Amino acid sequence: MDAIFLQILNGLDKGGAYALIALGLTLVFGTLGVVNFAHGAIFMMGAFCAVTVEKLLTLSVKVKDESVTFFDAYKETPYLELWFGDTGTAIIDWSVPLSILLAIPVMLLIGIVMERSLIRYFYKRPHAEQILVTFGLAIVLQELVKAAFGANPIPQGAPDIVAGSAAVGAIFGLGEAVVYPWWRLIYLAFSLLTIGLVFSFLHFTTYGMVVRAGMADRETVELLGINIERRFTIVFGIAAVVAGLAGVMYTPVLPPDYHLGMDFLVLSFVVVVVGGMGSLPGAVAAGFLLGILQSFSSMTEVKDIFPGIDQIIIYLVAVVILLTRPRGLLGRRGVMES
Amino acid sequence: MSETKLIGNVSRRTILKGSAATTGAALIGGTFPMHFIKNAHAQTFRGDPGNAASVKLGFNVPQTGPYADEGADELRAYQLAVKHINGEGDGGMLNTIKPLELKGNGILGKKVEFVTGDTQTKSDAARASAKRMIEKDNVAMVTGGSSSGVAIAVQGLCQEMGVIFMAGLTHSNDTTGKDKKRYGFRHFFNAYMSGQAIAPVLLDEYGAERRAYHLTADYTWGWTQEESIKAATENIGWETVNTVRTPVGAGDFSQYITPVLNSGADVLILNHYGKDMVNSLTQAVQFGLRDKQVNGKNFEIVVPLYSRLMAQGAGEAAKGILGTTNWHWSLTDAGSQAFVKSFGQEYGFPPSQAAHTCYVQTLLYANACELAGTFAPWEVIKQLEGFEFDGAGNGPTLYRAEDHQCFKDVLVVRGKQEPQSNFDLLEVVKEVPRAQVEYPADMFGGELGPYKV
Repeated sequence: MDAIFLQILNGLDKGGAYALIALGLTLVFGTLGVVNFAHGAIFMMGAFCAVTVEKLLTLSVKVKDESVTFFDAYKETPYLELWFGDTGTAIIDWSVPLSILLAIPVMLLIGIVMERSLIRYFYKRPHAEQILVTFGLAIVLQELVKAAFGANPIPQGAPDIVAGSAAVGAIFGLGEAVVYPWWRLIYLAFSLLTIGLVFSFLHFTTYGMVVRAGMADRETVELLGINIERRFTIVFGIAAVVAGLAGVMYTPVLPPDYHLGMDFLVLSFVVVVVGGMGSLPGAVAAGFLLGILQSFSSMTEVKDIFPGIDQIIIYLVAVVILLTRPRGLLGRRGVMES
Repeated sequence: MSETKLIGNVSRRTILKGSAATTGAALIGGTFPMHFIKNAHAQTFRGDPGNAASVKLGFNVPQTGPYADEGADELRAYQLAVKHINGEGDGGMLNTIKPLELKGNGILGKKVEFVTGDTQTKSDAARASAKRMIEKDNVAMVTGGSSSGVAIAVQGLCQEMGVIFMAGLTHSNDTTGKDKKRYGFRHFFNAYMSGQAIAPVLLDEYGAERRAYHLTADYTWGWTQEESIKAATENIGWETVNTVRTPVGAGDFSQYITPVLNSGADVLILNHYGKDMVNSLTQAVQFGLRDKQVNGKNFEIVVPLYSRLMAQGAGEAAKGILGTTNWHWSLTDAGSQAFVKSFGQEYGFPPSQAAHTCYVQTLLYANACELAGTFAPWEVIKQLEGFEFDGAGNGPTLYRAEDHQCFKDVLVVRGKQEPQSNFDLLEVVKEVPRAQVEYPADMFGGELGPYKV
């Protein structure tokens, strides 16, 4: 029972990350009709916003270690600690949550610039060309990050207060050994909150409703004199912010490196396809479904019966769904169909 | 029309006359032309620099992909080795390795040049890159790598093509075990040695009553390390609760870590390397494993193969974690000091263990050519087989003839709790003597294959 409970939590946690990335992908596909292979790279750039903030906050005075003679080794003390003592240490400790403040404008800007300077020229081009250009863009972005930060993962810590584990077992009347990291619980709450905000924005604001109307029938909305293109550009920016924030918050879970985006890209496309191309609720449902299935398939009891199932489960589910429901779980008629 | 066919303006008759005259002149001069010696064609070999003033070596390292930083460090070490062999710089380990025939004038009087390739840490890319070096660049030796899968693939190719492969960082028992090759040599230690080196330290530090849970990278290196560490820890009385294989590059290991919480295990052994190790260790610490008490003991995590670059990637999570390494820059023997000094002055930071093994491998190959008096690989192989030396940073070392595995001291290290500087991430807990990590040559099977291919 304890093991099942923990795997459900794992699945929800993973699913949260998958859903956030897939949500942005679907949003872009639904509005602009663009298959954006650079979306994983945007997730990775969000993570590197956190790395940048941490590097800025830990700018240090370097004191040479005299015991090392063959090269320059330093003991580093951050300026913030020197100037503000414990307050400075606390600011550094909170660098990941603080990064959100930087990531929102930066990712919005990156999204808008990306859409205006490159993606918009490919709206009417075949999907294959969109895939090629966005995949190329992803490679350029990751190589730029590698040139700036190196190939090694760069660890990011969660604030001390939430760095440990929560005794979730005691809360739910399970064993004492049932614990779960605070930061992962926060990540789950954060992903649910973000998904809720995006849906609220699309359903309960006039701006969002116009965007949805544009997704359903672009021509009619344009005939009504609404500049739908500008709104779609903003939507691209919002998708970048969602993916970027997902990246920022993921850094304490997975020390980021330049390849982080590619690691998630294929998976998030599977999520979108399983959920149904262009369906936002489908993307979220598929994200959580695949996260939970992946967690359960990794259990020793399951692997004893189906060896190696954990490595193929995602793709197996995708095959089954596409055979039984070719448009995905909640896919709409007419999307990517001629 | 004349019956004589012309090649340019020269007739076939003229060529035959010229050839006969050359042979005659050579006989009169006392030298015997090659085309009169039986089987003379068999003496030719790939990578033969012939009369050229230089010889080329092929450095095949990961320049892109997850091990690009490690690959960059390997490349730095190779370039330093080339400098030293060519007589530039301060000579580094040329001054400390004994015995050594290198004089700082290249190899056999030929200046050393090199070409580089990118393995991308993928077997097919690494083989393609090595093949290009051998066929297009005519390299006399291929070296490099940061993965056992890649090393075994390239080693196989080199055996087929008759070019010596001096392996870089590869830790699987298979490299010099079931997949060993006559043309492949490994200076780096292996998983079995890690197990033998770390087990007594684990016994001292954590006691004999322990229950271990293994998470293992699902490929050749992970399998052999799990096997070796499991055997070594069971030998000191530990019980193995479970061994779980994890896909390479899994990213999030939470679904593999949570079952550990309820397994009754009090030690988690991570048979992971590189990014997998950084991720699994970070996440295991986040799940509170190191704060846990199980069976009345503190829960412990062990990383059998450790490196400074990985400790850097794992940050706080690496502090206090035990593991083994082939070498560390803080060693104070003359060989290590000479290398760290050269490397540090050249690049401004200390070399990694990958850099160390690559540097030493290049010098050992060059020295074997000097000893053989030729670049012919079968002769060079004979010089490397059974070669004993000292002064390369790991004490007296033997290149065992039977499996081409180096035997030397192994380091047990721990992530440092209070680093003195940005490079001070590991502390050496014990220098385990060579005798403790030796094993019979036929233990891991395999056949070396022929000298001439």
